[in-house]
Amino acid sequence: MEVLAAVLITVIGAATPLLFAAVGELVVEKSGVLNLGIEGMMVLGAVGAFAVNLTSGSATLGILAGAAAGAAMAMVFALLTLTLLANQVASGLALTIFGIGASALIGRSFVGMPVARLPQLDLPGLSDLAIVGPLLFGHDVLVYLSILSIPAAIWFLERSRAGLVLRSIGENHQAAHALGHPVILARYLALLFGGAMAGLGGAYLSLAYTPMWAENMTAGRGWIALALVVFATWRPGRLLLGAYLFGGITVAQLHLQGFGFAIPAQFLSMLPYLATIAVLVAISADGTRAGLNAPASLGRIFHPEA
Amino acid sequence: MKTSFIKRTATWLGAAALATALSAATLTNTVWAEPLKVGFVYVGPVGDHGWTYRHDQGRKAIDKALGDKVKTTLVESVKEGADAERVIRQLAASGHKLIFTTSFGFMNPTLKVAKSFPNVRFEHATGYKQSANVATYGARFYEGRHIAGLIAGKMTKSNVIGYIGSFPIPEVVRGINAFTLALRKVNPKATVKVVWVNTWYDPGKEGAAAKALIDQGADVILQHTDSPAAVQAAQERGVWAVGQASDMTKFGPKSHLTAIVDVWDNYYVSRAKAVLDGSWTSGDTWGGLKQGMLAMAPYNTAIPAEVRAMAKKAQAGIIAGAVHPFAGPIRDQMGVEKLPAGKNLDDGALLSMNWYVEGVQGKLPK
Repeated sequence: MEVLAAVLITVIGAATPLLFAAVGELVVEKSGVLNLGIEGMMVLGAVGAFAVNLTSGSATLGILAGAAAGAAMAMVFALLTLTLLANQVASGLALTIFGIGASALIGRSFVGMPVARLPQLDLPGLSDLAIVGPLLFGHDVLVYLSILSIPAAIWFLERSRAGLVLRSIGENHQAAHALGHPVILARYLALLFGGAMAGLGGAYLSLAYTPMWAENMTAGRGWIALALVVFATWRPGRLLLGAYLFGGITVAQLHLQGFGFAIPAQFLSMLPYLATIAVLVAISADGTRAGLNAPASLGRIFHPEA
Repeated sequence: MKTSFIKRTATWLGAAALATALSAATLTNTVWAEPLKVGFVYVGPVGDHGWTYRHDQGRKAIDKALGDKVKTTLVESVKEGADAERVIRQLAASGHKLIFTTSFGFMNPTLKVAKSFPNVRFEHATGYKQSANVATYGARFYEGRHIAGLIAGKMTKSNVIGYIGSFPIPEVVRGINAFTLALRKVNPKATVKVVWVNTWYDPGKEGAAAKALIDQGADVILQHTDSPAAVQAAQERGVWAVGQASDMTKFGPKSHLTAIVDVWDNYYVSRAKAVLDGSWTSGDTWGGLKQGMLAMAPYNTAIPAEVRAMAKKAQAGIIAGAVHPFAGPIRDQMGVEKLPAGKNLDDGALLSMNWYVEGVQGKLPK
């Protein structure tokens, strides 16, 4: 049982950055914008958080800097696609490539420097309980924040008026515009949120998961987060499930090898993507139910004058 | 041996470095003799704190040792393939007389460019093809693994060692085997669990692999990947670790037993000197502790004195030629004798190693 708890803690660690980035992207996509730049925003968030934490000595400032770095990247994307009406797919890819290069440049002087891990919750009595103690009460603040973001996203999208407006913009921006809803403003705000969340995902990597800066340390997690949104069919609840499932697969493949199972590691690495493709196929086959969640205006450029 | 490495840093950084070096070179040609221009082509960023970082330390050693007589240039994060040929050609065409290409995948581009520049000397790391003006070099890192194995055998309490592998190529398998043979020499009950992460460099995955191995009972973690994430994870969980390529002590002061450190400095300086005095010849150099091409990072003071003494004795033995990490008898996983007592495995067998010795758990992926 002790081992099981230890394994679950590792799974939570692997899932947290995915969860952050995916919740952000889900809200962005619900507003009808497809931002493929998650990887770039995450990696810049990672270097920003690390640099500020190391130079200021404050983990809180580091976390805020990570979110700010991701949000700043998202604002570049917003300016390009919402104001200058550039193609979203091309801009998003450019954002990823730019983010990886820029973070490497910024991080040059931070390579090979250690930083203290984010402090973990320590409740006298509770955190010391066998198994449930470390599992429920032994994480850092970012883990709890990532989980809390799910009910918050559900409440916002499904219970709040602003969320309703956001969804209507994502479904049909022309109609929402005709009704007087601020399409561009809402999308700017959604992207700001998405960028900050991706930045937090990066901050978790460089401050908690592996407390160091290393070039390209996100190593494709932004793409998994993107796949996760589709896998969850744009539902925050399923996103939580999916993130822990995908995180679990990454950790399980390592454990299976340790136990001597001869499953090729490459096969398990591709499972998240295979699962996503399966969901995509299911959506296309059944447009009435699963497809209903996909925002109808996703990736389409909005011309206010048209 | 870097056959693959995620590298996406914009190549303009390299181009900019080249341009700066070129313009600087025209300004400093006022000394009586023109300095020897030495070029370096790296597969990764100099900031990887591992493979490329150590090669760049070698470049700096040339600068330091030969001063005005040389002028070094580096191009980092060069993709293996067509890109590499362009970069190497550019260096050769811009007056570099000695060029180091430091990744396995640069082998064919180096040979191709070398053909068109017979007056330029090339040095290719970890390759096996030479020509009149292309020499190859590598380091016997397995000698360091032998010493790590002796220490791990004495330090483990659970008798389970976790080993994080990058790719199942002979270089990595050789390291696992050298480690396991030494481990079981001092502790016959110890076994090695190997987890392959299929990357040279993904801190998150390396850290997760270390945690998985620790959860399965390993109390010493070895790695053949480049980031210090495993050392960090070991520190967090209170077990031992052995670093790779660079001294990783500061990522886990309590857990870091030692590290197998790449040292290219002496070789690079001697090759640059050889070009300067006209004694350079092509060939293959596979040097070890004796030639100073690798070194052991300072042993953790938590290691008992007698274990440290044993490690130092083995190190001296390898340098003197009295200790060979692959001395018989060697049995494979099935218990079949691969080498009788009294013999040592030859270099050919070492370079093509694709089987596990007794004591390694799991199957070697093909």
